[in-house]
Amino acid sequence: METKRLPLAPAVGAGLLLVVPLVLPDWMKFIVTLAMAKFVAVLAVALFLRANLVTFGHAMFYAVGAYAVGFSVKWFGFGDVVVLLPVGALLGAGVAALVGLVIARYREVFFAMLNLAFSMMLYGVLLKLYWLTGGTDGLGVGVPTFLGYAPPREYLRDFLYYTTLGVAGIVIYVVHRFLASPLGFYLRALADNEIRIEYSGESARRVLYHTYVVSGALGGLAGVLVAFTVGHIVPEYSFWIQSGDFVFVALLGGYGSVVGPLIGSIAFEFIRTYASKYFPNEWQMALGIIMLAIILFRPGGLWAIYEALAARVGRRTSERQRA
Amino acid sequence: MAADRISVEIGAGELVGIVGANGSGKTTFLNLITGYLTPEAGRIFLMGQDRTGLPPRVITRLGVARSFQIPQLYTNLSVLESLLLSLAAQADKGAGFWRPLYRHPWIDEGMETLGRFGLEAYAHRPVNELPEGGRKLLDIALSFALKPNLLLMDEPTSGVSIRDKFQIMDTLIKVVQESRLTTIFVEHDMDVVQRYGRRVLAFNDGRVIADGRPEAVLADPDVRKAVLGRV
Repeated sequence: METKRLPLAPAVGAGLLLVVPLVLPDWMKFIVTLAMAKFVAVLAVALFLRANLVTFGHAMFYAVGAYAVGFSVKWFGFGDVVVLLPVGALLGAGVAALVGLVIARYREVFFAMLNLAFSMMLYGVLLKLYWLTGGTDGLGVGVPTFLGYAPPREYLRDFLYYTTLGVAGIVIYVVHRFLASPLGFYLRALADNEIRIEYSGESARRVLYHTYVVSGALGGLAGVLVAFTVGHIVPEYSFWIQSGDFVFVALLGGYGSVVGPLIGSIAFEFIRTYASKYFPNEWQMALGIIMLAIILFRPGGLWAIYEALAARVGRRTSERQRA
Repeated sequence: MAADRISVEIGAGELVGIVGANGSGKTTFLNLITGYLTPEAGRIFLMGQDRTGLPPRVITRLGVARSFQIPQLYTNLSVLESLLLSLAAQADKGAGFWRPLYRHPWIDEGMETLGRFGLEAYAHRPVNELPEGGRKLLDIALSFALKPNLLLMDEPTSGVSIRDKFQIMDTLIKVVQESRLTTIFVEHDMDVVQRYGRRVLAFNDGRVIADGRPEAVLADPDVRKAVLGRV
C-alpha cells in the first residue's frame, strides 16, 4: 500500500515527541508517556483489524506485563525498567503462545469472544487471589531504576518518557518490518481468502498463531511501560473495558498504518482528560460521538485524514511546479 | 457417488484434459488429488508415494498446485503482491517474519511470470480491478509460481467470452508446455479439450468412461451422449 506523506511530517512528529519534556508541564508529559505506552498495546490489536479480526481480550497480555512488574517489585524488590521490559514482552508472548493454541483455530465473533473470555478469566484470578495480587487494592511499583541507576525524583518522569519513546520507536520499526514481510501480507490475506493461503502451502492458522504471539509480546511490553508510568497496578488492567479501549483507539487512529494507532492513542488520552474535566458526567458520550463521526466520515481514522491532507498538498505542489 | 472406482495413471509431462457433464465428478477428482476431500476407499499416489488423506497445504508443498473454477484470489492485495506471496511460499517454505516480501530476485521473477500470463500491465493494480479473464489467469499464475510438479486447472475458461476462451487457453498451454509441466485441466467445452488436450479423460457419474487421444475419446458415442446429451 502506497502512503502519501506530507514533506517532513515524520521528522516533525518525531521532533515534537523528542522536545515534549522540555516544553510541556509534568502532567502533560505524563499523558503523552501513558499514550505512547498504551499505543504499543493498541498496535497489537490493530494487527488483527488488518485481518478483519477484532479482539476484546488483549488487555490480558497488558495485565501480564504489568503484573510481572508488580510481582518483581513485591517479591524481589526489583524494579528495573530496562530489565523488566524484555521480561514483560517474553511473558506476554509466552501466555499468547499458550492461549493462541486455542484462539488461532477460531475466526470472526468466536475469535473476539474467546479473547474476551480468557482476559476475563485472568481478571477473575487477579481479583480473587488477594494474598498474591492484592485484589482490588492492586500492587504498588515504587521508584524504578534504569540498569541499576536510580534517577533523581525530578528527572524520573523524563527518564520514563524517553524510555517509552525509545520503545515505541523500536516497536514501530519492528512492526513495520513484520507487516512488510510475507507473514504480514499473509495476515492481510487472511481477511480475504484462507483457501488460497492453504493452497499456497502456507497455513492460515500458523499465520494467525505467529501474529498472536507477536501481539502478546507487544501487550506485555505495554503493560510494563504503563505499570512504571502509573506506579500502581490493578485487576482492571485485564478487564474487557480496557480491551475495548484498545479497539476504540485503533479505530480512532486508523489501523492502515503503523503510526495511526500512535496518533489515535495520544488523541484519545487528551480527549479523555479534557472531556472528563469539562464534562465529568458526559465525557463517554463525547467519545461515542467521535467514534460515530470517524466511522461515518473517515473509517480510516485520523491517519486517513492525514493521508487526505497529504494528497491535497501533493496535488497543489505538483500543480505549482507545472505552472 | 461423485467419484467411484477411478483408476488413472498420469505420467510426467502429460497434458490431460478432463471432460464431463455437470456433476460427473471432474472437480471431485481434483479435490481428491489436492487433499480437499479424502477418499472413503482407494489410494492416491503422487510421484510414486502414497499421499492419500494429506491436507491441501501439505499436498501443495509436495508439488501439486491447483486453480479453481471460481478464482481464489487475495482481493485486498495487488496483482504483484499476490504473486510474490506464492514465490515467498515456494522459496522460504514458510512465511518469513523479517525479510521483506518486496525483494529483488522475487520482484523480477514475479514480473516475468506475470508477463508470461499477459498480466504485467496489471502488476500494481488491486486484484479486484482485474477483468474476469485476468482473474482466471492470475489464479493459475499463483499456482504456477509455486513451481509445482503437477498443475491442476479447474475450468480455466468458464465465465469468459468465446473469443477470450481460446486466447486464455493459448496463453496457458504455451506456459505449461514451455515448462514441460504435468498438467490436468477440467473443461466443459469439448472444442477446448479437443484442441488443447494431448490425452482426454471422460467422466460420467463419477467414473472414467473413456481415456485416450482426444479425437478418439470425443468421437466415442457414449462420451458424446454423456457430455452433450446426444450422439
